[in-house]
Amino acid sequence: MSAPSAAAVAAPESSAQTTPPLLSVRGLVKHFPITGGILGRKVGTVQAVDGVDFDIAKGETLGVVGESGCGKSTTARLVMHLIQPDAGDLRVEGRTIGLNLTLRELRRGVQMVFQDSFASLNPRLTIQDSIAFGPKVYGTPEREALARAHDLLEKVGLDPMSFGRRYPHELSGGQRQRVNIARALALQPKLLLLDEAVSALDKSVEAQVLNLLVDLKAQFDLTYMFISHDLNVVQYMSDRVMVMYLGRVAEIGPVEIIYGGARHPYTRALLSAMPSMDPAKRTMEAPLAGDPPNPIDPPSGCRFHTRCPFAEVVCSTRVPDLLRQPETAQHAVACHMADASSGHSRAGSGT
Amino acid sequence: MLIYLIRRLIFVLPIALAVGVVCFSLVHIAPGDPLVSILPPDAPQTLVEQMRKSYGFDQPMPVQFGIWLGKVVTGDLGTSIATSRPVAGEIGKAVGNTLLLAMVATLIGFFFGCLFGFVAGYFRDSVIDRIAVTVSILGVSVPHYWLGMVLVICFSVLLPWLPATGAGPGSSADWRWDWEHMRHLILPAITMSVIPMGIITRTVRALVGDILSQEFVDALRAKGLTDGGIFRHVVKNAAPTALAVMGLQLGYLLGGSILIETVFSWPGTGFLLNSAIFQRDLPLLQGTILVLAMFFVAVNLVVDVVQTALDPRIKRG
Amino acid sequence: MSNVSAADVATQAAALAGNTQGYWSGVIRKLARDKVAMTCLGIILLLIAAAILAPWLGLADPYRGAIARRLRGICWLDGTLDCAAVSTPWGPHIYWLGGDEQGRDMLARLIHGGRLSLFIGLLPVLNAFVIGSLLGIVAGYRGGTVNTMIMRTIDVFYAFPSVLLAIAISGALGAGILNSIVSLTIVFIPPIARVAESVTTQVRSLDFVDAARASGAGAFTIIRVHVLNNVLGPIFVFATSLISVSMILASGLSFLGLGTKPPEPEWGLMLNTLRTAIYQQPLVAALPGAMIFMVSICFNLLSDGLRSAMDVRT
Repeated sequence: MSAPSAAAVAAPESSAQTTPPLLSVRGLVKHFPITGGILGRKVGTVQAVDGVDFDIAKGETLGVVGESGCGKSTTARLVMHLIQPDAGDLRVEGRTIGLNLTLRELRRGVQMVFQDSFASLNPRLTIQDSIAFGPKVYGTPEREALARAHDLLEKVGLDPMSFGRRYPHELSGGQRQRVNIARALALQPKLLLLDEAVSALDKSVEAQVLNLLVDLKAQFDLTYMFISHDLNVVQYMSDRVMVMYLGRVAEIGPVEIIYGGARHPYTRALLSAMPSMDPAKRTMEAPLAGDPPNPIDPPSGCRFHTRCPFAEVVCSTRVPDLLRQPETAQHAVACHMADASSGHSRAGSGT
Repeated sequence: MLIYLIRRLIFVLPIALAVGVVCFSLVHIAPGDPLVSILPPDAPQTLVEQMRKSYGFDQPMPVQFGIWLGKVVTGDLGTSIATSRPVAGEIGKAVGNTLLLAMVATLIGFFFGCLFGFVAGYFRDSVIDRIAVTVSILGVSVPHYWLGMVLVICFSVLLPWLPATGAGPGSSADWRWDWEHMRHLILPAITMSVIPMGIITRTVRALVGDILSQEFVDALRAKGLTDGGIFRHVVKNAAPTALAVMGLQLGYLLGGSILIETVFSWPGTGFLLNSAIFQRDLPLLQGTILVLAMFFVAVNLVVDVVQTALDPRIKRG
Repeated sequence: MSNVSAADVATQAAALAGNTQGYWSGVIRKLARDKVAMTCLGIILLLIAAAILAPWLGLADPYRGAIARRLRGICWLDGTLDCAAVSTPWGPHIYWLGGDEQGRDMLARLIHGGRLSLFIGLLPVLNAFVIGSLLGIVAGYRGGTVNTMIMRTIDVFYAFPSVLLAIAISGALGAGILNSIVSLTIVFIPPIARVAESVTTQVRSLDFVDAARASGAGAFTIIRVHVLNNVLGPIFVFATSLISVSMILASGLSFLGLGTKPPEPEWGLMLNTLRTAIYQQPLVAALPGAMIFMVSICFNLLSDGLRSAMDVRT
């Protein structure tokens, strides 16, 4: 299992290289050991994230999609260093973590909203204390931190006077998620990682929170990494979309290209399963069959080859590189069919 | 199952070793020189040195432990300071008596605990249930040494039915299954059974309540199963946990019998411990604690294995 | 931020109408409605107050005996209902609850005895609560090797039945109040540490701890602000359930002669010295044990009440 070489990495923004991207990730790897046996020996590894590269430019929204277990959430947690990566290079505005960027600085600039709105709030703290906690960690005086908490509550549409002293269990799911967003904004981050932030909400509430996120983005000049398994929501929110499969990037590119002219068979199969109200948009792609393979023992070569209708010998022997497409530099695909030199019979055919 | 058994046995070794370390250090946390209790206070310095060497106290701690462990493994628990006899022999007889008392007590506790617990669980929130719950709270709250005294007061003093002390007529220490001997067993065994009874009542009541509230019982009823059939299902589902609790309680009683044995002058390990403590007979103390702790470890092991064998839900990984 | 759903408006209105409440005030309110628990709390507080105030209650001297009046019965129970004062070296005296084997006033000794008995019963649990919580929270929060080291060490103590462990340590250290407190503390640390470890591990896995870490807070701050207020409650309830056992064991050690030394009034020790009196004055001899029993039941029931009061919300 070889991680894609750094040279082959498509860094869609690097062409317009005047300022470094807000977040730049290279070769991110995290394997979780599995222990078992008589003496708890290591019997295997879950290759949760296995060589992921991407950039996020300032002001954009990068959507991240994929089936459950593909490493979306792990990637977000690795970016926050909530989990220690095994390998990989992480830069924020060109500064490398561990080199000239401290963990504290990273966490000030990047914040995260989690899926479970209840579990991500301390049940024993009032919501204003939860929001004020971050600023207080950075030395903001109590009074000022509370003032900021009230200000943010108002910004996310909750009346600080009636909500500030409440406990999480006294709020609805949508309200709690607004609190979580306010909490994440309390440190005035540049980048917000939204890990399935709206997935657990009712559809009507979800729409409100999405609109809130769009408003806040403009208001605070934010950048989003928007992780979701909901393809419609990702399409609505994102400027660019990254498709992940079993811990690797399958395809990354502008939202119109991914949703309109995706090249990776996985992306196309995934999108074909997307419910649509428009009969004209019906796709003829074969839907995905079966569950994703076990990440403990992932398939060799291209990890998608076990479910890919176009799989050939090369697919099971060689790992496809994530290659920038000649048509649009912003679009990169990890598929032998998109690599003219791969030897795949359909290579370069454009399908 | 065989692999599980081996695995479980391997896991016991470090625990047994650690128990050994704790027992070994007992002598060394004791204040003062361990030789003080053996030697007269005016012993000449040369004799002290000589004794120190002969007991190996001049060696570094790990070496002492190694030597001690080597002896223990071969069954040599040292020599009692008070009686100058081998500790192992002293303990041997006492362990039998303690085991007898603890097993009879556990059986009584298990029988009545299951009975009360089952009835209470079956008739939740009824009067019987409330009585059973109260009894079980009393059972776990009562200072058992005091309960022993109260029983003696009731059945030996006020109503002279049963003997108050000893394990047989006269000073006989050899157990026989005749009425003369069994009369002596009744009061201490009942006293001792109260704690396991309380705990088993609680456990079984909760288990039966849980099982009856599960959907599969409704499904069984819907299938037309009789109450007898449902009873069998409940027993089958509750038995592994109830047995496990009983096993653990047996272990606790083995170690916790000292107070009751003291009240009834029962010639068991508790009695031995008591005299070891007051004569500062540290080898005897150490040996008795070690043997009891090893029993406890062994009982735990058996409980684990039996429970795994009975309960299909526990994976034998 | 005009997107406020109907449900949100409803909860908002509810919040404006009623005060919001903290977790602990809810628990206390629920506990206050529990008659059994409140009665037990009353008895415990009464005993503690009596024990503390014992010297100022106008009781007889608990150390002073009257050999001529030894093993005197409980005056209002001996059939004659004759509770007249009898002469003692310190003047006429009524033995409301009889006298012990040295003719000391049982009532005075029982109330004074509460001082030591409650002290040696409560202190080990308090000690173990502090030390065990610390160990368990550190193990649960740090996880990994730290967890393994702490928890495996604690497992060793689980290889001993608690009574045996207490007696082994007490026996090796020798008799004395301090030694008995030390040995019981050691007995109660492992179970408390285990509970602390398991609740901390649970809390640790919740997203709000990750959110706090993402805020850049250090481990100490996170434990102080986010972990303690979530784990101390359950650990505390568990610790209260150990008080009854601790009382029984502490007095048990004294009963064996391993705790308090004569002539101190202490319920376990009194029970021991009165053992020989069961043929003459069975009721008097059983009194100290009845005190232990009562306190032990009360702590158990109070602990049960606290547990169910805290189950309101998790």
